[in-house]
Amino acid sequence: MGAKLVINGRNEARLLETLSMLEGEGHSAVVADMSLQEELDMLAAAVPALNGCVHCAGIPKMGSVKYLDRGTMEEILNINTVAPIVLTSLLLKKKKLQKKSSIVFISSISGVFTANTGEAAYATSKGAISGYAKTAAFELAAQGTRVNTICPALVPTAILELSNSMFSADQLKETMYDRYPLKRLGTPEDIGYAAIYLLSDASSWVTGINLVVDGGYTLA
Amino acid sequence: MTLDEFVQAFAAEFDETPIEAFAPATVYKDLDEWSSLTALSIIAMVDEQLEKRISGADIRSSDTIEDLFNAIESK
Repeated sequence: MGAKLVINGRNEARLLETLSMLEGEGHSAVVADMSLQEELDMLAAAVPALNGCVHCAGIPKMGSVKYLDRGTMEEILNINTVAPIVLTSLLLKKKKLQKKSSIVFISSISGVFTANTGEAAYATSKGAISGYAKTAAFELAAQGTRVNTICPALVPTAILELSNSMFSADQLKETMYDRYPLKRLGTPEDIGYAAIYLLSDASSWVTGINLVVDGGYTLA
Repeated sequence: MTLDEFVQAFAAEFDETPIEAFAPATVYKDLDEWSSLTALSIIAMVDEQLEKRISGADIRSSDTIEDLFNAIESK
């Protein structure tokens, strides 16, 4: 698509592998663990001037409402909600996010449009991010910067291995796919194309939305 | 914790199923009340009371309450 990317992750080996798979030129990588303030500071200082940003770091925390405790909430909110918010502040303060930027948060249909057993902590973190994005969109419109979220349904990625799912990824594909009118789960590309739309001038009149990318799940 | 105590703790996570339905040989996935919610409660109970982490995979690969107890003990 012609953009120069700066990518971030906490695992250097995986990050460099991703970097080597990118098409085009001029891309770079910064290793940083989003759960640590000093690494967020370092990341914000290290990046060049940006025209856009996609916040996608996130962890799951499956558990019933009855057993939801402070430690779980603090951990998931720290990474899924506080880190991207604080990073956005840092990028704005250091003028790394220029006027007319586009900021995208990966939220979820969970906590914004839907609910499922065991998702309370995750849903809270995503509901919060979608709430923040609306205010950020409102305030930053003055400088032409747009803020939106993408709300995916189930996209099997590494996050699934971290969650205490009762089903394996293959079982999920078999049992869940008939909940999706479009008869399949999502892929990272489905989300990537949504991010490209929101980052580009194609969406220049779009701000403050939660873009649902869900194979029709929320219709059913 | 002994196996019998584990069976009691397991049973305590269920609201509708009478205690008599629970024994070491109970195939828990066959219980009417078994669901992803009760599964999550069992994982949390094991974490809190036995201080061991089990996963969805552990729950899937055991059949009886005794199987699960043994899987936890071996961790």
